[in-house]
Amino acid sequence: MAKVSKSPWLLHYDASSCNGCDIEVLDCLTPKYDIERFGIINTGDPFQADILLITGGINSQTEPVVRQLYSQMPDPKVVVAVGICACTGGVFKECYNIKGGVDTVIPVDIYVPGCAARPEAIIDGVVKAVQLLDKKREEFLSQKHGKN
Amino acid sequence: MAKRSIIPFGPQHPVLPEPVHLDLVLEDETVVEAVPSIGYIHRGLEKLVEKKDFKQYVYIAERVCGICSCGHGMGYCESVEHVMGINVPPRAAYLRTIWIEMSRIHSHLLWLGLLADALGFESLFMESWRLREKILDMMDATTGGRIIFSVNCVGGVLKDITPEMLAEISRTVDEMEKEFAPIMETFLHDYSVQSRLCGLGVLTKDQAVMLGAVGPMLRASGVSYDVRMTGYAAYGDLSVEPITAADGDSYARCEVRLKELLQSFQLIREAIGKIPEGPIAVPVKGSPSGEYFMRIEQPRGEAIYYVKGNGTKNLDRFRLRTPTTSNIPPMLETVKGCQLADVPLLILTIDPCISCTER
Repeated sequence: MAKVSKSPWLLHYDASSCNGCDIEVLDCLTPKYDIERFGIINTGDPFQADILLITGGINSQTEPVVRQLYSQMPDPKVVVAVGICACTGGVFKECYNIKGGVDTVIPVDIYVPGCAARPEAIIDGVVKAVQLLDKKREEFLSQKHGKN
Repeated sequence: MAKRSIIPFGPQHPVLPEPVHLDLVLEDETVVEAVPSIGYIHRGLEKLVEKKDFKQYVYIAERVCGICSCGHGMGYCESVEHVMGINVPPRAAYLRTIWIEMSRIHSHLLWLGLLADALGFESLFMESWRLREKILDMMDATTGGRIIFSVNCVGGVLKDITPEMLAEISRTVDEMEKEFAPIMETFLHDYSVQSRLCGLGVLTKDQAVMLGAVGPMLRASGVSYDVRMTGYAAYGDLSVEPITAADGDSYARCEVRLKELLQSFQLIREAIGKIPEGPIAVPVKGSPSGEYFMRIEQPRGEAIYYVKGNGTKNLDRFRLRTPTTSNIPPMLETVKGCQLADVPLLILTIDPCISCTER
């Protein structure tokens, strides 16, 4: 965290979470944890987002929504799966309507475990995502430069 | 002639932490009808009861919803206990009551914060959530979990609270009550809050009863009904009076929840004063056979649990009717006739919990 080149914006989507991780994600924004001190803002617009935070496993109805949100985000982008359900399906793995973790639909870069994931763990995941974002941006720019 | 148009609202929407979709039929700026479509968080939890042991299923029941987790676990456990004829030790009943009231405080403060956020009142949102951290710290200290803390089990509770910790909870509650006073003052008397909430989304007493509203939504329309009065857990020994308001608008719903917070502070203090000594759980032998129907008051309203056992370790059926399911028809009624810009606020005033609704 010595140097962050950009203030990354978050997009949060609840794929089929029980709410537990969602309120912990929101909790990161409030005075006790205050994720905004890293310049991170929770946005509702996928076109403005750099990091996609997904909570909960994937079911048949959220699958197209997750795909769409991912495709709407500009490159480079990082996906963080928050909570054990988003990582693998968790306690809901055996449910008839659960496909599995988020990585069954879109590529996931960072996995944050926990049920519910604690705010400290979520912040740790997001900080890792920020570093990864910097790396991805460099690769993205060099590729683009190479083509030109 | 006004022009009709349909605006899709959701599932991913900035004001909603959870996905729900509404098709809003507008005439110019005024909503004439709202058509909901749900199912984004359906996981099929009720069916899972056939695969899991009835004791293991407590963990699944607690994950129906992350906010009212403790209540769902308790509702399920109490239904199974009734089927099996188990009497929970009095100390366990009191401990459950203390935890469920702590959950109510955390849930109502969360809602107040979200309401302030929807109004654009950022500092009030932060203040409410800052205060909420104190109760979360208490949950963390007593159970080890901040929001989902599996403490219920069939036959009692898994953890005890030491007398020192009970005194600490009591002290924290006193402290919170003092800090809550200015927040409550702002919600009730601030000009900008009043200008957004007063007279918005009125639900009359008749409509509330006819459409089956529950919880704060029902009580804000002047109906004095609270399931805690039936005396499950330790509520029989405590003084619970339903808190009502007469107007039935968004302001009244906010007022009811604010006053319920004060009531919860009081109930926790009373329970800590009366808690008896003794064991916290009884051993459970055999498997449930028979059926039972149980009602409890969740932060959002009345929740109904139904279990049916067949004498094996897997139950035949578990059914849950959650408060938000009952509150959706009244919410659709209040949305009619309002401005498009007020729709997020009106959805929020029922305190929707989509994950409970769809399970």
